[in-house]
Amino acid sequence: MTTTPAETQIEIGRYVGQNVPRVEDRRLLQGQGEFADDVWMHRQGYAHFVRSPHGHARIVSVNPRRALELDGVYAVLTGEEAKEMCQVPFFQIAPEPAGRIEEYPLAVDKARYHGDAVAVVLAETRELARDAAGLVEVDYEPLPAVVDTVAAADSGAPLLHEQVGTNVAWHGVYDWGDIDWALENADHVVEIDRLHFHRFSSTPLECNGAVVNWDPGTDVVTVTSNNQMPMFASMVIGPTLGVASNRLLFSSQDIGGAFGIKIGSYPQIAALALLSRKAGRPVKWTEYRTDHMLSAGHGNERVFLDTKVAVMKDGTILGFKTRAFDDAGGYLHYEPLGAVIWSQVCCGCYRFKHIQVDYTETLTNKCPTVPNRGYSRLQHLWAIERVIDLVAHELGFDPVELRKRNYVQPDEYPYETPNGCVYDSGDLPRSLDIALELIHADRWRERQRELGQGSGKRIGIGIGSTLDSGTNNFGQARIINPDLPFSGNGEAAYVKLDLYGEVNVNLGTTPQGQSHETTAAQVVADVLGVTHEMVHVTAGFDQRQNTYVAFSGTYASQFAVTGLAAAQGAAEKLRREIVELAAFALQADAGEIDLADGTCYVRGDRDRAIPFIGVANMVYSNNAVLPMEMRDRYSLNCRHVYVPPFQVPDSETKRGNLTLTYASQIHACVVEIDEETGEVAILDYAAVDDCGRRINPKIVEGQVHGATALGLGAALYEAFEYDEDGQLQQASFYDYHAITALDAPEIKTGEIESPSPFTPNGAKGMGEGGGAPLHAICSAIQDALGDRDAIVSDSHNPWERVWRLVHSGERGEPRGVSVISRSGGEPAP
Amino acid sequence: MVEAGTIQTIEVTVNGEKHRATVASRQLLVHFLRDSLAMKGTHIGCDTGSCGACTVIIDGRLTKSCMLLAPQADGAEIETIEGVAPDGQLTPVQEAFHEQHGLQCGYCTPGLVMAATFLLRRNPDPTEDEIRRAIRGNICRCTGYVNIVRSIASAAAREAA
Repeated sequence: MTTTPAETQIEIGRYVGQNVPRVEDRRLLQGQGEFADDVWMHRQGYAHFVRSPHGHARIVSVNPRRALELDGVYAVLTGEEAKEMCQVPFFQIAPEPAGRIEEYPLAVDKARYHGDAVAVVLAETRELARDAAGLVEVDYEPLPAVVDTVAAADSGAPLLHEQVGTNVAWHGVYDWGDIDWALENADHVVEIDRLHFHRFSSTPLECNGAVVNWDPGTDVVTVTSNNQMPMFASMVIGPTLGVASNRLLFSSQDIGGAFGIKIGSYPQIAALALLSRKAGRPVKWTEYRTDHMLSAGHGNERVFLDTKVAVMKDGTILGFKTRAFDDAGGYLHYEPLGAVIWSQVCCGCYRFKHIQVDYTETLTNKCPTVPNRGYSRLQHLWAIERVIDLVAHELGFDPVELRKRNYVQPDEYPYETPNGCVYDSGDLPRSLDIALELIHADRWRERQRELGQGSGKRIGIGIGSTLDSGTNNFGQARIINPDLPFSGNGEAAYVKLDLYGEVNVNLGTTPQGQSHETTAAQVVADVLGVTHEMVHVTAGFDQRQNTYVAFSGTYASQFAVTGLAAAQGAAEKLRREIVELAAFALQADAGEIDLADGTCYVRGDRDRAIPFIGVANMVYSNNAVLPMEMRDRYSLNCRHVYVPPFQVPDSETKRGNLTLTYASQIHACVVEIDEETGEVAILDYAAVDDCGRRINPKIVEGQVHGATALGLGAALYEAFEYDEDGQLQQASFYDYHAITALDAPEIKTGEIESPSPFTPNGAKGMGEGGGAPLHAICSAIQDALGDRDAIVSDSHNPWERVWRLVHSGERGEPRGVSVISRSGGEPAP
Repeated sequence: MVEAGTIQTIEVTVNGEKHRATVASRQLLVHFLRDSLAMKGTHIGCDTGSCGACTVIIDGRLTKSCMLLAPQADGAEIETIEGVAPDGQLTPVQEAFHEQHGLQCGYCTPGLVMAATFLLRRNPDPTEDEIRRAIRGNICRCTGYVNIVRSIASAAAREAA
């Protein structure tokens, strides 16, 4: 399967490609942004959820009497009541049997994770709502919990959703090429018993929040929230609430970070809508941090068992097989889409031809997972980078040379992967060279040798090679469930000329720091020949005035492609209208009209000109000057929907072009391990980005910095862990150590620009970053361990785990890795 | 010992303006600023004093306003993000954040601007290490702190020039 090259490519203009300063900054720097908790409505009450203290429990009864006795408590909504008010349970993406899950806005009958919401209280003040929530008496009968994804798949495990009959949310075997042939014919087979990718979250600094009003007069439900994928939320909760989408109206202005996590707020929003309907008041909800940690959604945890890698003696890796178990938590929120999304990058940066992944997603008594920056791909990409480093470690290859030998080479693009994805462009070996130069890898290699034994310190050099796939083909959902009516992707934009000739843009997106106001203005200004300052991009999203499609929102590394292509297309339509109107006014041919500085000129004659205000005047307030046949042809309000050139993937073979663009991130780092404490200090760090044509390089660099720091935090500090009863151990920023300015290193950046041949502007979506710091830190710790037997098999490496790795040989644990070499397959020297 | 539901009258000066208000004894100062005085620039990112989004300057000391009850601020002089540049202009610190791309979503920004402002008042020429120490109580999830550190260093250089 191939992707059609885009027909037109706009040249870098006056603004596109420049570091235009952000237009969002002024209001945010002055504290004048409008975030979810900044919104109030007359007569509003404050909502607080009652949450299960148990990992798994039957709800025997919920008694709100004592809460309702407090002065100022307006209403309490229980799970049972909520269910009665709903038309249907939430729509499930999963096929049978997990498609039988019945989830309502609040837990009914059972609580399935620590923090599961069983009731919600509405009161006059925040404090009172919280107090009253504490007075709701819930009688629980605790049940055995299952918190391990592999154990959850056992037939004897406690069931989360009895009507499903299993905790397996999805299972399938992805099999491309011929892995059995590869393993039989390889010179070496490297076997890795278990790799574990841990649970964490990007924990946006602003928690979830919403003001929801079920208007009793019109039955219109307004949701002013920080949900980042409002049309998805609308499509899930609308049928459940029995509210048509033309009466369920989402809006947001500024969003305080989201990183995918704020896709997951829709169950709460649905509960708030019902509470508002019951109480006859607007409902204001701002999540407390502890609620956020317990229930807002975590990133996916994944275990890879019995990985077998086929390696030739020259270092060529033919492919690998593995059994993946992914832990989706107590309900399926957006899952099991993660069970296919990883396959956008099935071979990572490498030319592996033979891949088999036996993939199981399970339900466990933990917080439901939601897409978290790098969603589902970073887990798989991390496993591939562990494979590369462990092959190098076990067979004696240089990790740099092994990568370069197996990377997709620069002359192979567009490169088709074993599952039919098309890598659009790139130069991975050069990116790696730049990264290694930035950290002065050669000097550190020498220093590592000099350091020797007995210094108490170890130095390691690590590499993380990763892809940031962007602009999904939602048709991949059909690989999970062939009955789903989804495919393709797209985004919408309006560009209009306003009454006095001003340019206004509005978008279907919900930015959370990605600078859409700035970059959309850059693109539109270049198309229309106006200054950046003359273009006003409406801040935020409002369903009542913005245009949208079902895919609208801000997620999955796609704005530079989908959002900006929509803005560009709408601006081009507006440009055609302006040019034709100007040609009429100036008695010229449309082909002779140039636009510059907000004025239309006849080429070669600057005296024949009409400013945009004159063009606007002809349409808005002086239309009798136009000939009859022109009057209904021009609106100066232009909408464009960008639709990428996708086809529906094949759900049988699990092949298809799943993503339009592949930005790459190659990271390199140097760490120093203190042998006595296990502390890992980052001595140098570099990230090299290739996201095709950069619309605003400084904004791209900012995204690289942010993705890097979140990855470093996850690699060294941040983890969500549950005890065997399903109690979350890190439910606040005391226990969950979000990376600080003291932990984070100075991050050096480098870049190359390999324009995408498939996008209208040559850009690739970026921002998620593919988890490269997790790969690079694990790689560096492995390197620091030198020829010791220990292997880095966990993505989370706090001091204690590193200390154990450094001292592992002393206690003789199983290594977790082995090599079978065939005749002639001697390890490399 | 004051009962949970008790009401108290307090008088505070916020950005040079005196406010006399009746508050619940248990109300957090940050909620008083945001909900009662409608100054929405001071943000809330956690309930444990960990994140610094609510940082303000109280009687010349950098303070997390979620760690104080409103009545504890009785008689205090409070400086918030709304007050750092009262005429609608940007201070050199704010200008530097803009030029160095020191903010993305902008949620942590008011707290960081307060922390940076406080640092540069006491130490106009900080080292990178001193800058990082000064903002260690402010969590940012977007920038990796790189451009925030650059912004503060650049503001210091600008003020020195």
